[in-house]
Amino acid sequence: MAEKQVIDARGTFCPGPLMELIAAVKLASVGDEIEVLSTDQGSAADIPEWIRKVGHQLVSTTDAGGVWHVVIRKAK
Amino acid sequence: MSTSKISILVVSGTSERLQMAAMVASVAAVSGTEVHVLLSMNSLQFFFRSNSEHPAAEGSFGRTMAGKKVPPFKQLLQNAVELGDARIHPCSMAMDVLGAEPGQLESFLASPLGLTRFLADSADGQLLTF
Repeated sequence: MAEKQVIDARGTFCPGPLMELIAAVKLASVGDEIEVLSTDQGSAADIPEWIRKVGHQLVSTTDAGGVWHVVIRKAK
Repeated sequence: MSTSKISILVVSGTSERLQMAAMVASVAAVSGTEVHVLLSMNSLQFFFRSNSEHPAAEGSFGRTMAGKKVPPFKQLLQNAVELGDARIHPCSMAMDVLGAEPGQLESFLASPLGLTRFLADSADGQLLTF
């Protein structure tokens, strides 16, 4: 059964949130969802770009009062 | 499998250049690019396990960055190796000048590499210098 985990990378600057996400993706199973919380706007733009490049799925990106919530699904 | 290649020559010992080199190496490596890094001149001293000194800033940005939660450059380079397709080498000339042995360096570094081999390896990709 697919699982969902949350990575709290608030306060960390680029590329910290991306690196934390990638470390989690490596350990996750295909179909798992990972939500990254980030206050770094550059990372909010960079993470979807990385997802497109490597072939995972972007589930959603939302800005909740300055905290970006980026949800991805491991696709392979 | 990597479809592109970036070679990064790091000679500076300032925080801004070490940080930018590490950012490029890590993001490229985790995005499917083959990354080769050669650490030489003033950069190599910061990769000795016995050296806990932080590199000095060369300008105002570096001083500002020091007070922020920016990922440490050595951590990013280690990420590049462990999460991506990167190899990070000490320059063999710099090792000789410093009288250093590979065992004195951070464990995520590969074996010393000469400039001739580094340039040959970088011939069919981008070469960036910091």
